[in-house]
This record gives sequence, C-alpha cells and structure tokens, in this order.
Amino acid sequence: MYNLAGYIVYLPLVGFLVNGLLGKKLSSEKLSGAIGSGVVGASFVIAAMMFIEMANSRVDERSHIVTVFNWISTGSLSVNVAYQVDQLSILMTLIVTGVGFLIHVYSIGYMRGDPGFWRFFAYLNLFIFMMLNLVLADNFVLMFLGWEGVGLCSYLLIGFWHDRKFDTGGYKAGTATTSDAAKKAFIVNRIGDFGFLIAMFLIFKTFGSLGFEDVFSRAAASITSGNTTIFWITLLLFLGATGKSAQIPLFVWLPDAMAGPTPVSALIHAATMVTAGVYMVARCSVLYALAPETMQIVAVIGICTAVFAATMAVVQNDIKKILAYSTISQLGYMFLGLGVGAFASGIFHVMTHAFFKALLFLGAGAVIHAMHDEQDIRKMGGLEARMPTTYRTFLVAALAIAGLPPLSGFFSKDEILWRAFSQGSVIYWLLGWLCAGLTAFYMFRLVTLAFSGEARWSHDKHPHEVPKVMTIPLVILAVLSIIGGFVGIPQSLGGDNAIERWLEPIFERATVSLTIVNEGSRASEYLAMVLAVAIAVGGIYLARIIYRKRTDIVARLSASFGTVYRVLLNKYYVDEAYDAAIVRPVVKGSERLLWKGFDVGVIDGLVNGLASSMKRLSGLMRRLQVGVAQTYALAFVIGIIVILGILVLK
Amino acid sequence: MTVASPGVPLNYYLTLGAILFSIGVVGVLTRRNAIIVFMSIELMLNSVNLTLVVFSSYLGNSTGQILVFFVMAVAAAEAAVGLAIIIALFRNKQTVNIDEINIMKW
Amino acid sequence: MNFESIFLFVVAGVAIASAILMVTRRNPIMSVLFLIVNFFCLALLYLALNAQFIAIIQILVYAGAIMVLFLFVIMLLNLKDERSRREKPGYTKIIAVALACIVLGELLVSIVVSGTSGLLAASPLAAQLGTVESIGKVMFSEYLLPFEVTSIVLLAAIVGVVVLAKRGSE
Repeated sequence: MYNLAGYIVYLPLVGFLVNGLLGKKLSSEKLSGAIGSGVVGASFVIAAMMFIEMANSRVDERSHIVTVFNWISTGSLSVNVAYQVDQLSILMTLIVTGVGFLIHVYSIGYMRGDPGFWRFFAYLNLFIFMMLNLVLADNFVLMFLGWEGVGLCSYLLIGFWHDRKFDTGGYKAGTATTSDAAKKAFIVNRIGDFGFLIAMFLIFKTFGSLGFEDVFSRAAASITSGNTTIFWITLLLFLGATGKSAQIPLFVWLPDAMAGPTPVSALIHAATMVTAGVYMVARCSVLYALAPETMQIVAVIGICTAVFAATMAVVQNDIKKILAYSTISQLGYMFLGLGVGAFASGIFHVMTHAFFKALLFLGAGAVIHAMHDEQDIRKMGGLEARMPTTYRTFLVAALAIAGLPPLSGFFSKDEILWRAFSQGSVIYWLLGWLCAGLTAFYMFRLVTLAFSGEARWSHDKHPHEVPKVMTIPLVILAVLSIIGGFVGIPQSLGGDNAIERWLEPIFERATVSLTIVNEGSRASEYLAMVLAVAIAVGGIYLARIIYRKRTDIVARLSASFGTVYRVLLNKYYVDEAYDAAIVRPVVKGSERLLWKGFDVGVIDGLVNGLASSMKRLSGLMRRLQVGVAQTYALAFVIGIIVILGILVLK
Repeated sequence: MTVASPGVPLNYYLTLGAILFSIGVVGVLTRRNAIIVFMSIELMLNSVNLTLVVFSSYLGNSTGQILVFFVMAVAAAEAAVGLAIIIALFRNKQTVNIDEINIMKW
Repeated sequence: MNFESIFLFVVAGVAIASAILMVTRRNPIMSVLFLIVNFFCLALLYLALNAQFIAIIQILVYAGAIMVLFLFVIMLLNLKDERSRREKPGYTKIIAVALACIVLGELLVSIVVSGTSGLLAASPLAAQLGTVESIGKVMFSEYLLPFEVTSIVLLAAIVGVVVLAKRGSE
C-alpha cells in the first residue's frame, strides 16, 4: 500500500499537464473541472486508504520511506526524490487533498464562464502537486522544491486576473494591479526562502546530510541543547517560516494576496500553503527542542503577530482582508503553540483552522459571487434570508473560529492557550486570551454587517443563493468544523486526545530534550477554559449589539479615537515603512548602480567599445587601398624582400 | 657550337639575371606610363628565362628549357590581355598614367 | 680569357645598358626599341648556351610578336612623352631604386651562398638538349598536359582580348 505514495503526489501533476497542455483545446469547463478535481480526489482516496492501513498497524511500523528515484548524487551529497509517509505527513496529506478536493469542486461553480478556466485548474493542480511534495518529502531539498513551487503557484494564482486594478499600500499605491500583488507575494517569500537556504547549507555542513532521518537522529544523539549552530539553523529556518506563513516581519504579502480569486485565497492562503511554515517547524521539532532561545523567539513572534493582526482585522472593511488578517492572527496562534513545545497542538490547530478558514473564505466567495464582485461589507447586509445555506455555514465557521464549544476551534485553540500557560508563561496566556476576544469580536462584526440587518446594497444587485456545486462543499466543511475537534478532546474533559497520541511518536525525540515544566493543575485548566469561552461570548455579544442596534457607537468611537482608527485602518503603515526603508532604496540603487552604472556603462560600453574600436581600426586600415597599382607593386616588392631575406638568412 | 673549357662560370650568368631583374623592379615602381610598366615586367620575365636556360644548360637537364617555353607562351598571352585592358582604360579615361587611375580607392 | 668569354661579356653589358636605357626613356617608342635590343642580346646568350630552340623562339615571339604589339598599341593610342611628376618630386624614385638595390643585394647573397660556384662549364649534354627534336621529344612525352593546357590559356587570352577591346557595349 505504501508504495502508492508516489501516486498521491504525481496524480495532480498529471492533472496539471493535461489541463495545461490540452485544456485550451478541449475548452470544456466540465472536462477541465472534472479532471482537475478528479485527480485531487483520487489522491485523497489513496491517502485515506494509506491512513487506514497505518491506523491498523503497530505504532513502530507506521513510518515508511518510499523512494521514487535518485535525484542528486555528487560527492558527499546524495538526495533522493523520496516520500516519508508517517503520522504527521499523512495527516497533512489528508488535509491538503481533502480540503483541496472540496475547493476544486467549489471552483467549478465559482469560475464558471471565466476564459481562463482551464488555466485555473491547471495551476491549482500544480499547486497541490507542489504542496504534496512539501509535506511528504523525506529530505530538506525536496521540501524546498515544494516550498518554492507553492510560492510560484501562489504568484501565478494571485495574478490570475493579471490586469485588474488592486488597492495596495506603500509601493505603487493607487496604480497597482493584481500582478503587483503577485510580485509582492513572491518577492517577500524569497526573503524567507533565503533564510531557508542558508539554514540548509548549515545543516549539510553540520550533519553531512540533508535527509530528515539522518539529520534528526544525528542531532538527537550528538548535539547539546543551546548549541550556537543549531540556534542559527533553527532561526534561519524560522525566517523562512515567517515568509511562507505570514508572521512578523514578512506578513505584508498576505493581505495583498487577496487580489486572487477567492478559491485561491481559501486553498492557498488559508488552509494549506501558509501552514507550510508550521509544518516545517513541527517536522524539525528535534532541532527546535535543542534551541530554547529560538523556541522563545517563535512563541513571542507568534503571539505578537496574533494580537497585531487581530487589531487590524477589527477595522477593515473588505471582507477578504478581514479574513486575511484573521489567518495571520490564527497562524500566530499555531506558532505560539509550537514555540512553547506543544507541537501536536499546533498541528491540531492547523487541521481545524483549515476546515473553518476554508469555509469562511468559500462562504465569502459565495457572497462576493452573489453580490457581483462587491467586497465592501458596509455595502452588504440582509443576506440572511436570501442566502440561507451560505449564512448558516458561515455562521458555523465563525462560531468555530471564535472558539465556542463543542465546535472544533474551541478544542484546538483551548489546547494551545492552556499549553501556553502551563509550559510557557502567564503573559502568553493573557495576550492569547485577549486575542481570542478580539477574534470573536471582529468575526461577528463581519457576520453582522454582511448578513444581518437591512440591505445596504445598491438596487441593481440581486443576490441569490449560489448553485449546489458551491454549497455542497460549504456544507461538508461546516460538518468538519463541527466534528473536527473531537479527535483532540483533552483528558480534562474526558477524552483521550487522540490526535496528540497519534502524533506522539513523531515528537517524542523533541519532547525528551525539552525541559517541560508543567505548572498547571486540573483546576486552572478548567478555569482557563471557562474564561476563554466567556470572552468569546462577550466578543460576539458586543459585536452584535454595536453593529446591529447601536451603530452610532461606531461613529463616536472612530471620531474620538481618530488617530488610532486611522493607524489601524492603514495597517500601522507597515507597507509604507517597508517601501520607504527597503523597496525604494533597492529600486533606486539598482537603477543607478546596476543598470546605469554596470549594465549600460561596463557591459554595453565593452561591447560598443569593441565595435567602435574595430571601426576605428578598419578606418585606419582602409587607407591602404590607395587604388594606384604602383603602390601595390611597392608592397609586393617589400614582401619579396622580406621573404627573400628569410630564405637567405636561414 | 661546342664550348671548350674553361667556360664562363655559372654565377656570372646568374648575376646578370639578378641585375636585369632589379632593373625591371625599378622600372615597375618608378614609371607612370602603364605601357612602360608592362615592358619592365617583360624584362623581369626575361631575366627569369635567362636563369632557367642557364641552369638547364649547365646541369644538362632539358626541363629548364621546357619551362622557358611555357613562360614565353604565358607571357605572350598576358601581354596581349594587358594591352587590351590598357586600350579599354584609355578609351574611358583618356590617359595611361597609372596614378590617375585610382577608382578603386577607398 | 678567350674570345668567347669576352664576346659574352660584351653582350651582357649591352643587355644591361639597354635595360637601363629602356627604363629611363621618356619617349615610349624609344623604350620599346631598347627592349628589343635587350631581347636580341638575350637571344645571343641563349645561343651561347646551346639553347637554339629557345633563342629562335625568343626572337620570333618576344621581339617579333610581343614588341610589335606594344608598338601597335603605343601608336594606336598616340601616346605623348611622359610628363615629369609634378607632386612628390624625387621620393618615389629614390625609394624604388633603394628597394631594387636591396633586392639585388639579396639575390647576389643567395647566389653566393648557394654554392653553385663549382659549375664552370656547360654540361657536355647541352648541345643535344637544345635542339628542336630533343625538346620536342621531352615536350610531347613528359610535358604533354601542360602543353595542351597552354593552348587553352592562349584561347582564353584571345577571347579576353576580343571582348575587352571591343568598342561600345556600354
């Protein structure tokens, strides 16, 4: 069974090739959509069968490595295209292919009528292929291939409608198009990838190999905690993670990535690609456990990003931007979990977040689709009755992300907050708790403004429920959002935390190195749970009151806290700051130094100089052609003299 | 007529040939009239003929004389064609002075 | 020094003198005449070397045909005396003479170096070699191909001359 691992990865590649090469000729939306969704569905089925087999086998027999071919083999470096099927990667694979399949089906409805339909599905399949390479790789190089590949697909898909105008901050504000947003995503990611690459070099130098098993076993055996090299390796890897998973300082691309079609935002920027950083840190848990300083940095950046993004989400007016900042914030939670050593909890939140965030985005997409591309929530309202299925599923997702029991978000978020308190510090818990309140608040601000109340849209729009091909995935995701948390019911509530036990073998080498000070008692755990639920309910209630009944409060608050409001609305001017400090100097320097100085001056000068010196030389040479025969005769005689001289003197 | 020893040494003939050749060179480089230049070239050819005949005679090999035969035939052909060219040139430019014929100048 | 050698020295002297005169005359007809004298001297030298055939050919072809052709052309074109150079008075002449002297010097050096000074007299075979029959024998056996090719060369020359000298196709 396990040797079918290659099929999981390569079926989407086949889909990409078919749609990419033949899609335009076939020009049948049904066919392109069917092929695109079908391959992902098939991958999901294979992965599910593999999961079942894994579940039925003994714990120490659950990890397999399936080698497809030998990729690089030079000197001391040997890298295979090989896939590691173990508890962690099969879980990620199921998430990627399962949620991916649902989003593919949804896209058949969403992208109907678009002239680039086949191209869209080709890119989506390519993305799934790259993402599967990332999560199933058994070595850093193949993972990096997937890492770069998903960045590429993100670029291609964000800029899918490449000429549309788009509103960005900072660089090119006001004249930007979606392709500028795509470029921003790719370039910011590259900065992170630089960190990843340097880390890979250090790993190879330190451990002599780039395969996960080799590196981790050697690390666990020979490295002591606090080693400087490991500190740098983990820090640089984390830099890569901040790029891919949109943490401080490299989060600026994610809000602009909303320029792409909504299914793209759902798949790439909510459920899968952005979790690549989390997966990578979890996979390298052995290394991180040996670098406590880096763990602290991870946790601090995680919680800061979470709060930072949540504050910005409170004031945004574009439905997708709110969800984008929400994603950044929730990713911060995941990193907080990883940073305090709760690796399994971080992955658990990845799973539940995939369900409800994808659902939120798909629901937003349904709303945008019904409202004919209107994305400003101030211009919505009253959609409850007109789009019942969308409303109900959206409501489920919002409750899940707010963390209301017994929905999935409650269990995963609660686990992270509890571990943040017991394994980290109370400050982590406090900030996380406040952030949970903010999350509930802005989510229900969104729900209220978009769905409830009177209609505030212009009369030429006729919103209606979206077709079944779009609502069925919404319903499935809603069900998953409800029951998805039950795999992680903690022991304090009577469950056995199945997911943590499932992932335990992966992380046991790491948890051994960590000095976990488990400070909490059962009682404080219950207290924390109650407080979390309380602030969530409070946030929901506050949002409903302010935005339903007493909308004048909004006006008064934004008036009296004008500066704060403006700072938040302008995203703390981070884009503008980056633009002034980094982008503009680089562009200017490039222009003056590299372009005018080097390219034009040196290289062109060299080539042109060669040509003009040739010209001058031949100008001199042509004076030999006097046209008078006797001068040529003179030359003959001189030649004769020279030759005779050589012959005579020999 | 048969020659009784001692005859003229070979080198004397060769010297004569060399002198005639260099006089021909002077003529080619110095004169402006194209026909005179031609005649100087003929002089040079003749000096070579002399050298060939001398060697043929002193070495007892008839190859040199055969070669002289061919040289003469070719020289005749070349003189004819060259003079035809000069006539054609004269028709166009009304002069046979070489330095006035420089259309092929850069 | 017998009569033979003196005679040959005189003939050589006349050849050199006529050559120098040919090169320096301004009247082209005088140059032609001096060249004919030079050819006659060379014919005499060929005779002295037992190359009878070549000597007769020299007179017939060179002096008789080619020089006559030259005369025809000079008279056809009605060439006047060559005017002296206006620009660049003496430089070219001096350079030319210098170069010619260098050539002469090199040739003399090569003659001295080559070691043929041992040959003092004509080979006893020379007498038979110079006759028409012996040349004919060698020509039509060993050198038959060049002989035939020469005829083609002459054909080409004839065609070329006719085309070139034709009037008024342009």
